[in-house]
Amino acid sequence: MTAMVKAEGVHKSFGAAHILKGIDLEVAPQEVFCLIGPSGSGKSTFLRCINHLEQINAGRLYVDGELVGYRQKGDKLYELKDSEVALKRRDIGMVFQRFNLFPHMTAIENVMEAPVQVKRESKAVARARAERLLDRVGLGDKAKNYPSQLSGGQQQRVAIARALAMEPKLMLFDEPTSALDPELVGDVLDVMRGLAEDGMTMVVVTHEMGFAREVGDALVFMDNGVVVESGHPRDVLTNPQHDRTKSFLSKVL
Amino acid sequence: MTDIKKTGPADQPPIPSTPPTGPEAIRAVPVRHYGRYVSAVIAIGAFVAIVYAFSQGKINWGAVPDYFFDHRILKGVTQTLLLTALSMVIGIVGGVLLAVMRLSRNPVTSSIAWFYIWFFRGTPVLVQLFVWFNLGLVFEYIDLMPIYKDYWSSFMTPLLTALLGLGLNEAAYMAEICRAGLLSVDEGQTEASHALGMSHGKTLRRVVIPQAMRVIVPPTGNEVINMLKTTSLVAAVQFYELFKYAQDIGQGSGAPVEMYFLAAAWYLIMTSVLSIGQYYLERYYARGSSRNLPPTPFQKVRANLLSLGRPKGVMA
Repeated sequence: MTAMVKAEGVHKSFGAAHILKGIDLEVAPQEVFCLIGPSGSGKSTFLRCINHLEQINAGRLYVDGELVGYRQKGDKLYELKDSEVALKRRDIGMVFQRFNLFPHMTAIENVMEAPVQVKRESKAVARARAERLLDRVGLGDKAKNYPSQLSGGQQQRVAIARALAMEPKLMLFDEPTSALDPELVGDVLDVMRGLAEDGMTMVVVTHEMGFAREVGDALVFMDNGVVVESGHPRDVLTNPQHDRTKSFLSKVL
Repeated sequence: MTDIKKTGPADQPPIPSTPPTGPEAIRAVPVRHYGRYVSAVIAIGAFVAIVYAFSQGKINWGAVPDYFFDHRILKGVTQTLLLTALSMVIGIVGGVLLAVMRLSRNPVTSSIAWFYIWFFRGTPVLVQLFVWFNLGLVFEYIDLMPIYKDYWSSFMTPLLTALLGLGLNEAAYMAEICRAGLLSVDEGQTEASHALGMSHGKTLRRVVIPQAMRVIVPPTGNEVINMLKTTSLVAAVQFYELFKYAQDIGQGSGAPVEMYFLAAAWYLIMTSVLSIGQYYLERYYARGSSRNLPPTPFQKVRANLLSLGRPKGVMA
């Protein structure tokens, strides 16, 4: 079985700042893969590399067996055109820390936008699916509300529905609950838990250790651009081997 | 000075007890703004003095109402409005295009846009009008091989000269306004759109431009008002609009200066109407972004009158 995400020695720099210093990891299909670590450790950057919002400087990154951002012919790499990159992103859903819903569209229009504009689906088909998805995230009655009329937790759930509308094979979550009031975190995590139970492959950058322990199948602790420790969430979180992991966990748990 | 009455005994906390009874409203003597009365009197006096001076000048004021609704003047007004509208359409379409080009990652298109803006913003519009008018010196013929061929001088009518001159110049200014609007949209919006698999063009059309509008619209209204006045320059390239007609009538009727006043009055009327339109447009786009909408002009006038009568200056 090919890995859904495979990273081999991935490096990424922004100018002089060396953010990722050789990341190797593998995400199996239907796995919930959690990335934890202090801020600035490069976990969000790595996530953004997976759907080519950032371009990697060295190493190889594969999604579902295909190289991200490049085409390989013999020994040579060719950069993909924007349209080819866009084609690949259709299959990868992404959820952002700050939701990034389109503020000039209602909740249901947000969810319908990509299927209609990108897949050229009819509005009726897209609307039917959007209604189903909004129901699924518990917001069937908020379809006609604009994002500014929704709470943070509701906005994030619409954002998840929007990503799911493209029927992706992989979902990326970039600290999906970090911008939420504590009492709203649970609703979003419940939706993510439901997704995991349905067998969605998910890469989750998170500070929710409880979620990682309960739902996660694999966990990686990153610090300063390298993978410090990886394993099953229960093992890493309860019995960390490295000092750096221990000191991080002692602060957040 | 004041006569605030506490509702409870002194040993209770200072927060007044809330309804059902409710606290007694404060009744205080308001601050008197004597300066406002004095300055209003001075301003009115100065205004009256200026009006008097003009009325006593060697100006035949009777000529203004005589020609105010002259058919040539009315024709000129419609021509001015038409030219304003068409030039602004060229300016806005060109401006959006240039702004997108300027922000493009393609160095060729962004350089072309930079050069265009540099040139058209850097030279006077009057000079540009003359250049368009006299382009026949450079290109003798216009030759669109299969469909059209003519002498440049007969192709370049005054209307086309005016439209190109004003529209292309405006496009450079609109480009900067649009660029500011496009840059004002959060980068996360573009990322979210790209992450959904939307192309650059789709992202721009569906996500970025609609959100940029609230930043672009108010200064564009300003540009329309500016354009309305700038159209008077095209009299120089023989296009007949309000100013040119007024000039012609003035020379024919022996009341040239009077006709300039007449034209000024018409421009003032038109810009006033546009200003009111712009005001309500801005109010419309302020919805959702600011909690308190600014008052309408009528509300403002009412509030000002009330504040003069009642020096406390309570806004209506």
